[in-house]
Amino acid sequence: MYSDKEIERRKAATLARRYIYTSIADRELSFFEKMSDSEKEEFYAKARGKGSGRARARDVRDRVSMVLGVLIAVLVSIMAIIPIFYTFLNSFMSSREIADNYGVIFQSLSGHASDGATYLAKTPRMQVIPQQVSIEQYKNLLLMSPTYLLKFWNSIFLVVPIVIGQMAVSCLASYSFARYRRKRREVLFFSYIILMLMPFQVTLVPNYMISEKLGILNTPWAIILPGIFSTFAIFLLTKYMRQIPIAYIEAAKLDGATEWQIFTKIALPTCKSAIFALTILLFIDYWNMVEQPIVLLTDINKQPLSVFLSQINEAEIGIAFAASALYMIPPLLIFLWGEEYLVEGISRSGVK
Amino acid sequence: MKDVENKKQEDTKEQITALTVDPSRREQILKDKKRLRTARRIKEWGIFTGYLTPSLVGVLLFFFLPLLMLLKTSFQRSSTNTEFIGFRNYERVLTNDAFILAAKNTFKFAIIAVPLAVLCALLLAILLNTGIPGKSIFRSVLLNPMMVPVASVVLIWQVFFSYNGVVNGWAMQFFDLDKIDWLKSDKAHIVILILFIWKNLGYNMVLFLAALNNIPGEILESAMLDGAGAITRFFKIKMHFLSSTLFFVAIMSLINSFKIFREVYLLTGDHPYDNLYMLQHFMNNAFTNLDYSKLSSGAILMCVVMLVIVGVLFFFESKFDSDVED
Repeated sequence: MYSDKEIERRKAATLARRYIYTSIADRELSFFEKMSDSEKEEFYAKARGKGSGRARARDVRDRVSMVLGVLIAVLVSIMAIIPIFYTFLNSFMSSREIADNYGVIFQSLSGHASDGATYLAKTPRMQVIPQQVSIEQYKNLLLMSPTYLLKFWNSIFLVVPIVIGQMAVSCLASYSFARYRRKRREVLFFSYIILMLMPFQVTLVPNYMISEKLGILNTPWAIILPGIFSTFAIFLLTKYMRQIPIAYIEAAKLDGATEWQIFTKIALPTCKSAIFALTILLFIDYWNMVEQPIVLLTDINKQPLSVFLSQINEAEIGIAFAASALYMIPPLLIFLWGEEYLVEGISRSGVK
Repeated sequence: MKDVENKKQEDTKEQITALTVDPSRREQILKDKKRLRTARRIKEWGIFTGYLTPSLVGVLLFFFLPLLMLLKTSFQRSSTNTEFIGFRNYERVLTNDAFILAAKNTFKFAIIAVPLAVLCALLLAILLNTGIPGKSIFRSVLLNPMMVPVASVVLIWQVFFSYNGVVNGWAMQFFDLDKIDWLKSDKAHIVILILFIWKNLGYNMVLFLAALNNIPGEILESAMLDGAGAITRFFKIKMHFLSSTLFFVAIMSLINSFKIFREVYLLTGDHPYDNLYMLQHFMNNAFTNLDYSKLSSGAILMCVVMLVIVGVLFFFESKFDSDVED
């Protein structure tokens, strides 16, 4: 390719360059040049990462901390979920087995002093899996005591109207609060928030007084009506609706949409996840209610399941687990159905 | 000559500023405009007040009006005897041992439980946010306790924590310890605290997880390149982004801490051990005695205390917010 002459020239140039470098006597050696061969090997290994001790240590540390993290998370999760499994599994024990295992517990509660002696030496046995699967508890619960079904119906009749009513009222009101922001309206909104923050201990007395005035005390309406107008959902929904970009609404207005159309076609669909999440939260909150029934519904036959169940716990341990399990099913079903929305709804409610 | 020029200038000025030459029409147009604007504002007000009406009527009827009635009753001798007696009802309530005990217990519980619940949830959220596999599964599992109804929870807590319960059984079997009467001793607080945290952990954690996800990654990354360690990054950067969520979680936990009465009531009934006697117990027992003036002044006192707490919280939030904007 190259002529001989050219090759000669190049060789000379290379030699000359080498000469220049070697002739600078006090030149500082580079970091790499200073290393011996073995050191160089080590350096390569380190740079490649895998074999080096430090990288390995880091790797191990990462892995250990991850395993530790997973372990903690698993532990917490087990603690979170075990009561649910425990209740469901125990609900398939026969009443006899329950009495054998847990009778000793409830003997220490009030009203069981008489047969206390029989259990005196025993300790409770916590048994997760039944020895023999039976549906005796459910049979006893549903067929022998019609009160349970009655209370179940009571609970549903109280909770469903409250949730639907409160959601309807809140959607309208929070749309108004989100769109119309003048000073007096903001003051009103703030007073709504304060009302929401008031613990039940404060609002119960006014509730009682107004129910008495309206003559609805001791009827379900004494719980349903204040429930419908509770301001909890308004607070969260307004937060969401204020996040709707104003450009959407302006565009809809330019296209000639009426306020009602904006409300139904833009505001509600945008807040879908929040509405579902709130529905779930409200449902569980009212499914759990205890304070309202014991004060506003003195008639035992009208009380919901939540109050009744604790009485079952003490009196008839044989069916308590089945009662609890059945009671748990509606909220758990709702949770499974709307879990995605719930997570999304909760997530967005705390972030600005 | 000069006059003419001035006049001309004025004319042009008028033409530019008033849109119309005729001053009488101009006024008319301005008036029309103003009228139209007020009409639009009234229409807007009407529409949005219309949306608000159902809620407003209900809230006025069921909350604000009764609260006013309550205020009135708290200054009366009794609900039938409307004689004005000043602050004597308040005196009576404030010197009532049961009320003082209940208030002390309720607020003590809130002061311990709320920060603890917030802290546990925050730590767990940070843990789940470090890139652990199966994050969403853990999240769903941890949300479950929220959905377990109170009465079912209570059954399990009874099985575990009553005097002959499982925990005592274990303590005797494995550690040879004496039995503790969990629900009827000074330990009762702990049992309820565990219940409270167990129940609210998932909800608070989801809130924190969302907030942590919302922190822009670039900021964390650039801080990391600048040599900020994990702890510095947490306190200097993440805390700023978390502050509003922190506030929200604190408020929700506070509300929920007042709801713990449900569990306490179902676990221990009307008259629990002294350190579980909450304000709601006081109210319930006053209801059974139908002592309205005592009830109403107690409720008003609580209302005032809550207002102060909420005011302080909001004050801190606005302070934090302005920090973040800087």
